[in-house]
Amino acid sequence: MQSTNYIPAKWPLLKGLLVLLFLASSGLAQSVTFSSSTNIFKPASTPAKSILSVSLFVLVITGVIFIVVGSLLTYAVVKFRRRKGDDGREPAQVYGSNQVETAWTVIPVLIVVVLFMATARVIANVQNAVPPNALHVTVIGHQFWWEYRYPGLKVVTANELHVPAGTPTELKLLSADTDHSFWVPVLAGKTDLIPNHPNTMWIDPREPGLYLGQCAQYCGVQHAKMLLRVYVQSPADFDHWIQQQSQPALSSDAAVEGRRIFEATACVNCHAVSGTSAQGLFGPDLTHLMSRDTLAAGIAANTHENLRSWIQDPSRFKPGSLMPAMQLNEHDLDAVTAYLETLR
Amino acid sequence: MATDLVTWPGTQEAVETTRRPLVDKLHEWVATVDHKRLGIMYILYGLMFLLVGGVEATIMRIQLSAPHKDFVSPQVFNRMFTMHGTTMIFFVAMPLVFGLANYLVPLMIGARDMAFPRLNAFSFWLTAFGGILLYFSVIGANGLYGAGNAPDVGWFAYAPLTSRTFSLGHSTDFWTLGLLVSGFGSIGTAINIVVTILCMRCPGMTLGKMPLFAWLNLVMGGMVLMVVSPLTAAQIMLAIDRYLGGHFFDTQAGGSAVIWMHFFWIFGHPEVYVLVIPAFAVASEVIPVFSRKAIFGYPIMVAATVGIGFISMSVWAHHMFTVGMTSNANAFFALSTMAVGVPTGIKIFNWLGTMWGGKIEFKTPMLFCIAFLFQFLVAGLTGIMQSVVPFDWQLANSYFVVAHFHYVIVGAILFCLFAAFYYWYPKATGRMYNEAMGKLQFWLFFIGFHLTFDFMHIPGLLGMPRRIYTYEPGRGWGTLNLIVSIGVVFQAAAVLLFAANLIWSYFRGKVAGNDPWDAWTLEWTTSSPPPAYNFAVIPTVKSRRPLWDLKHPEDPDWKYE
Repeated sequence: MQSTNYIPAKWPLLKGLLVLLFLASSGLAQSVTFSSSTNIFKPASTPAKSILSVSLFVLVITGVIFIVVGSLLTYAVVKFRRRKGDDGREPAQVYGSNQVETAWTVIPVLIVVVLFMATARVIANVQNAVPPNALHVTVIGHQFWWEYRYPGLKVVTANELHVPAGTPTELKLLSADTDHSFWVPVLAGKTDLIPNHPNTMWIDPREPGLYLGQCAQYCGVQHAKMLLRVYVQSPADFDHWIQQQSQPALSSDAAVEGRRIFEATACVNCHAVSGTSAQGLFGPDLTHLMSRDTLAAGIAANTHENLRSWIQDPSRFKPGSLMPAMQLNEHDLDAVTAYLETLR
Repeated sequence: MATDLVTWPGTQEAVETTRRPLVDKLHEWVATVDHKRLGIMYILYGLMFLLVGGVEATIMRIQLSAPHKDFVSPQVFNRMFTMHGTTMIFFVAMPLVFGLANYLVPLMIGARDMAFPRLNAFSFWLTAFGGILLYFSVIGANGLYGAGNAPDVGWFAYAPLTSRTFSLGHSTDFWTLGLLVSGFGSIGTAINIVVTILCMRCPGMTLGKMPLFAWLNLVMGGMVLMVVSPLTAAQIMLAIDRYLGGHFFDTQAGGSAVIWMHFFWIFGHPEVYVLVIPAFAVASEVIPVFSRKAIFGYPIMVAATVGIGFISMSVWAHHMFTVGMTSNANAFFALSTMAVGVPTGIKIFNWLGTMWGGKIEFKTPMLFCIAFLFQFLVAGLTGIMQSVVPFDWQLANSYFVVAHFHYVIVGAILFCLFAAFYYWYPKATGRMYNEAMGKLQFWLFFIGFHLTFDFMHIPGLLGMPRRIYTYEPGRGWGTLNLIVSIGVVFQAAAVLLFAANLIWSYFRGKVAGNDPWDAWTLEWTTSSPPPAYNFAVIPTVKSRRPLWDLKHPEDPDWKYE
């Protein structure tokens, strides 16, 4: 057989394989050390920690398998290549070996048994182990924002979940429309929010701080801009926050006109402001809008310009958002913005 | 190259070549019931849609190459990933796999055609019209109301996003109808493949002496029969929901979103095996020939494939570890998913055993198969990671999953399909492909593949979900996504080079002869391209490698099998 060797095949192939090996290992190493607020290798809550421990176990096992089988393949490809000056005779024909087949059947079966037992244990530890005395929060997924209700505490808020540090929180997951998924990687794995199919999950972060995530189940046009923000607060701060959020809206004389416009336009069909006639349920509760850092499910800072611009035309931030552009004139727009800015 | 050493009596008749007008020739192709022509049409159809799906992928990769990019609107992006997934699975992978089976199975088992030639043609045209229906949505989905539209519900189209409440217009209906129609085509072809293999084998070819290619396609055909039916049923239920007031998946009227997931994945997961088993079939032919050794552990390979066929039907809900199943259900599907890794591992070891002690020749098809072995190893291991339910709670629906299944579908299936196209190109056209261009394509595609899909795993580990049209800066995803996008350039160049090679070689390639690879299965006994009805005299075989027996009368296979 003559060969048309455009590239001398054997050495580039070997190099390619080494590069592959390098990429695989460096990729993993990178993600362990990456500075990312959503890195699954930096858990900050028991479910995420349990998941990471079994994940590392699996990574080690699969890593060993990769090195062993990958080395064997590389060895075979290099060692048994047709060499220059080959005599052209066919190699010895071997049809199989029952001993070898048995070995490479039994060993994988044993590995599967070990992996399965480790998996089953962590499933039970996370899924069936909601701590008693957990704080209950109901999470309702909407196109394209999050609603949070604290039953018993008379608090309803949107897009920014507050939980106390040190006390576990059980999240009851519901959906108002399509499927969504609650995923804050450093706190826990994801669980879907499915209409007609209530789910629960739990977290118990200990370090106060802001934890990020986003919707992880495709839910429509703006699935990408349905961000999650979990504020973990010290117990005292959390109690203060609950205290403040459970108050009805402040009524301030400064923005009477804006309030009149707000209550006279379509705003109230979708938004609620407690203590007023605005009792809509389709959009985020605005009672304490100004206590939130962000607008529109975490996509923009809650500043005067952004708020005004959002009311004027939400599609500027989030094309496909279900909130219509309100078509207010400049004066009304300023007035409504001013009113909303009184809702602390 | 040892050509024309072996000829069966009666296979060398000259094919009539009178000049006919183009319209006549076209008519012959459109009205054909010949398995070889239908096979080639399936493959050309699949390759055409490969370009379309590739363009869709490129658009997505441009959009995602940096955070907050504004290359396309969210609506367009959502249509792109829906059409990309649907196209690549149903109108690229399936037709390519069916095309190979159509072209090669009768040749390999010594038959003159498929069992039901007219059903064969009917099935092809159903598949073809299914694809056209899907793409007609681009102009037809909003009817007279206005601008173009295309399905945007994702390729697994979870309820209730597909209900009339959330999916206005007719784009979802075109998606449903396209898959329904092509699904009927798939079922017809699967019946044909199964019956052909069971009933049309040449004398002496018992089931135990069939080439592995035929065995694996038999398993594939059986699986298609079982798994496409639930998808078809689900599509009909969805159509009833949308047009006849049904409530199967209408959650606002008490329907169940979860039941759609079960229906879809009972199809969807075995579908991966429907596609990868024919890829295995290719590797099981190419690796022995270019290692110059018989396949290692033939009976175990058959058993492992049948095992994969059965076990893979019991793993579907591993796509649903995050939907809130009971812990027992989660554990069951973890175990079944891990179990499917065992026969799959056995297959990798047997290919390794085939190469062991051989004399490996690095022709383009073999390069693709060697890369396939490594990539499939990685894909299998990342699959094991996701079978570990808690790990999957993090990985599910993230870019890690996207990287994993592209490792299977591109790294394993498409690599093997490229191997197949190069390996059987001389048989189908009578011309050799250009080896230099072939090797260059391999290296371009190999580099592009690894740039794109190796680096795609990492954003998933860093919390990046799939199906987002843009993402926030500052999460460590930007650079990685840029590298992923750069890989596309190499892959696109490789695919164009592949197309150029096919076309150039068709006119300028060296004449191949009957048996350019010194191979062992029956298709290499006929002329290249094979004559109508393949074999003037039906061959008789005594072993799995009839040509080995002929070439080595002093040491034939049938003494050992």
